[in-house]
Parts: sequence; structure tokens; C-alpha cells
Amino acid sequence: MTVLTDLGIREIRDGVRVGTFSARDVADAFVVAVSKAKPLNAFLVETPDHAIAAATATDDARASGEVLKPLAGVPIGMKDLFCTKGVTTTAASHILGGFTPQYESTVSQNLWDAGAGMLGKLNMDQFAMGSSNETSAFGNVISPWRRSDGGNAPLAPGGSSGGSAAAVAARICPGATGTDTGGSIRQPAAFVGISGIKPTYGRCSRWGTIAFASSLDQAGPMARDVRDCAILLEAMAGFDAKDATSLKLDVPQWEAGLNASLAGKRVGIPKEYRVDDMPEEIEALWKQGIEWVKDAGAEVVEVSLPHTKYALPAYYIIAPAEASSNLARYDGVRFGLRDLPEGAGLQDMYAATRAAGFGEEVKRRILIGTYVLSAGFYDAYFTQASKIRTLIARDFERAFEQCDVLLTPTAPSAAFALGDKSADPLAMYLNDVFTVPSSLAGLPAMSVPGGVDKAGLPLGLQIIGRALDEQGVLNAALAIEERAGFVARPEAWW
Amino acid sequence: MSVDIATVKKVASLARIAIDDAAAERLVPELNNILGWIEQLSEVDTEGVAPMTAVIPNTLRLRDDVVNADPLTGGGIRDAVLANAPQAEHGFFTVPKVIE
Repeated sequence: MTVLTDLGIREIRDGVRVGTFSARDVADAFVVAVSKAKPLNAFLVETPDHAIAAATATDDARASGEVLKPLAGVPIGMKDLFCTKGVTTTAASHILGGFTPQYESTVSQNLWDAGAGMLGKLNMDQFAMGSSNETSAFGNVISPWRRSDGGNAPLAPGGSSGGSAAAVAARICPGATGTDTGGSIRQPAAFVGISGIKPTYGRCSRWGTIAFASSLDQAGPMARDVRDCAILLEAMAGFDAKDATSLKLDVPQWEAGLNASLAGKRVGIPKEYRVDDMPEEIEALWKQGIEWVKDAGAEVVEVSLPHTKYALPAYYIIAPAEASSNLARYDGVRFGLRDLPEGAGLQDMYAATRAAGFGEEVKRRILIGTYVLSAGFYDAYFTQASKIRTLIARDFERAFEQCDVLLTPTAPSAAFALGDKSADPLAMYLNDVFTVPSSLAGLPAMSVPGGVDKAGLPLGLQIIGRALDEQGVLNAALAIEERAGFVARPEAWW
Repeated sequence: MSVDIATVKKVASLARIAIDDAAAERLVPELNNILGWIEQLSEVDTEGVAPMTAVIPNTLRLRDDVVNADPLTGGGIRDAVLANAPQAEHGFFTVPKVIE
């Protein structure tokens, strides 16, 4: 008998369409799986009613002979950064404790319109700031993976979309939404052995998504394979008049366009992505990836992205600067927490509310952002970083004159143990060294599982494409996926 | 550039975040570590380079000049706007008294 929770998005969609099983059976199976998986701490809120209502609507539509919607019968997890009408949305922070949006984010609305149901809201790094899921105000997400060498240390699922990553890897939801500001979809996808794509900036509406750094934030799907990512992304993306940065373009049929042949394509290998102290296993996987794309018919060329080493420090000026202004709205007046000490005035109330409501990493970034934007430092920091961002984007443009996509590792290591890097913010920031440059340039980029390390933990490969060439990214990722034959999965201990 | 405890407190007050002396003291080396690291950006020659203002070329669209062009983001939704307020009275957000 088929275990319904072992099925991916395409299998569920197709099975419901032909009547192999009902949407309700699928929803019920995942609702039970979610409720059993509390030790992972992946879900902040469970919404079985939402998933079951969507499933019932699908079964009714099928019974009456209607054409089913693209995601009919598919239950998903929703990162808690997306506002969902009537369902608590906190960005994993205390300052938004009890916030119940009166509106629906465009991305989540698009998914419901496509027939998907919601299993619940997924834990994450607070305000999407973090690379390990240790900054959530509601406790760490624990990766479903364990090292095979006998070490039982709880591992980080990556971040900031760590709840989404853990839930998909643990097969308690077949797919989930993530958001990526500097790697928050790709790095956690790599850590747990799933796929995730950040599309071109502007493909997915940011309306109703809680803002971190507006010029970088972009939603994307996380799922078990490349095809499932294409299916989900098609439903999430699209022009939205409510977001001024939304691109007025039709959504391509990415799933129908999937093609794993790279004949006639050139894959660029950026020489600056060899960083000091990179584990030998990452280097070996990268070499293996090069062989795989060659096997798929691609020509491999070395390219240079000379400003790569400046991307991460530029990011840690730009993102906190934007965060410090975006997060100014949390003042204890209009929504969320209010801390009003006895006899306090308005300014004291603001300061007390923000001190009590924001976590340490969020405060640290607001302070850095405030500092780099302050009078006297603005040009030296923010303007300089914005100029370097131009140079980084130019590097990519030049590289794409020589090749169609770039192939790099996703992260500089496999998943680390929770607590290993939390005392050193800088060491944590370095986790995003390979994902941040393409974020700064707004390019589509995807992580796909490539293999496992000595301890049996997943490692990911990253494909970066030209602006708007999600198809090229998905196809190269598919070529790798077919050759990697990644079948490792965590053994259920929860 | 590096920060001292007075600067950290000043920045925190600009950011409207209350911090005590112990927290400010703890933040000094943390922030200096990060600021020291981002200092390497100054070695890049950016003469004649325009700062990036839009990551993907896009034209600014204007909304139709009509009242409530989008009912979701327009007017007439007072109760929804106030629904999450920590304290709302008579259809207004309320704050501590600011005028004596």
C-alpha cells in the first residue's frame, strides 16, 4: 500500500486527478504526520481545518466532473513570514505575538487559488535573520537528520527557512514556501537534502510577506525534487499590482519546459568560489557536479567573478540597513506587543516594546543598520556597499556572456550541530558565502542535493542563472538530480 | 571605524531600543568585530561606479488615480486596520499622553 506521506507534489496531484486516492486521504495522512512530528518544532501553528477544507473542495470538484486546479489535492506548509488571513503570523518573533493578519499575502493567495491547502505555519529564524534557525523566539527547529557516526547532537536545519526545510525532509509536508534574502531557501535546502529555488527578484510578489530587506527578499518553493519546485513556483509567481517591484511578465510553464539535456549549453565554474578551509568533501562534490553536467552534454568553462569576496560584507551593510527601516514599524502602537512601563512616555514605550519584542540577532542587525545609515557614515558604508553591489551584478553579466548557468556548492559545509556557531555572529554569516552574491544581483538560483558527506549528511549544489532564466536553472538542476540519484532520507526518530 | 559604549547607546537610542549598560558593553566587541570585517569594502575602487538602486530594471507603475482603486489596500477598512492594535479606543490607536 502506498504511504501517502512518501509522495511528492506531482505524485499527489496526479494521483488525485486520476482518482488513485482522494484529496481528503492525502490531507488526513499529512495532518497526522504533522501532529506526530512535534519534536522537530517545525510548525508554529497547525491548521488541519484549512488543509481538510481544500481537500474536500477538491474531492467535491472531482465528483462533479470539474477540471481540477493545478495544485488541487496538495497540502503544503507555509513559512510564518507570509501573512495568512485569520491565522497567527509572527515571523517567529515575540514582537508579533498574537498578530492575526486581516489579509492574505499574494503568494499564499495564489497557492490557495491553485487549489493547495495549508497544513500550518512553519518555524523560521526570527524575521528571517539567521542561518541555523536558532534565532526563532519559539525554539530551534531540529533537523530530522542525524549523523551516521553515532553522534546524536541535534543538527541545524539551516536558515532562515529551517522549518520549511525540516518539514519537507521529514515528509510531514510534500512542499513548502520559503523566502530567500541571502540564501534562506538554498542553504537550508542543502542542509536537509531537498531542492529549493529562489526565482528572479520580482517574480513573486512581496505583498503581505513580512519585510526583512526589501531589495533582496524573494519567495520561492522548497520541495523534494526539481519538478515539484517547478510546479509550486508556477503557482506562487505572477504579476501583482500591489507590489511596485513585481515584474509585469507572464509566468512561464516551467514544468512543461523541463529538459535535462544540457547539449549546447555552457556551464560556468566561478574560480573565486574556492574559499579557504573549504572541506574536501565539498570540493569533491563540486568536481562531481562538473562531471554530471558534462555528462548531460554541457561544455564547462571557467569564469571569473572578481568581486565575490566583497559580496558578503556588502550584504551585511545593505540587508541590516533595509531591515532597520523596515522594522521601524514595530513600535507597540498598531499591532503586536506593547510594553508600557509604569509612567512611561511615548518614546519610552517604543524603546521598551522593541527591547522586549526583538531577539538578540534582530537587535544586532537593527543596530548595525542604524549605524551604517547614520549621518557621517552613510557614504562610507551604505553608498560604498551599493556601488559594490553594482560591481557584483556586472561580474555576473560578464560571466553570462561566456556561459548559460553557473555551478557552485550551495554552502561551505554540511549541517552543523545546533549551538556550534551561535556564539559567533560572523562565523554564522559566513555560511551564506556562496548564496549571497546571486541575491545581491537579483538572479534566480537553486540548490539541488548532490550527495552525502562522511557522516551521511546531505550536501547541495547550486545553479545560478541569468535574470528571468528560471527554466535554465531548473533544467541544469534536473540534469544533476538525475545523475546524483540522491535517495538518502532521514530515519524517523520523532 | 569602531564603536565604543557611548556610540552603541547612541545608536540604540536612534533605533528606539532600550538597552542597559551590560548589554551595551557586550555589544561593543560584537559590533566592532562585524564592522571591522565590513571595513574591507573600503579597499574596492568604486570611482565612477553608480550605486545600485534597482536590482532588476523595472519601470515605476502608477496606480489609477481613483479612490479605493484596490479595496484590499484602500480605505473603508477601519476595523480591520485596528483589529490588531494593542490598545484602540473610539476607532483610534491610542498611545501614552504626549502633551501635558
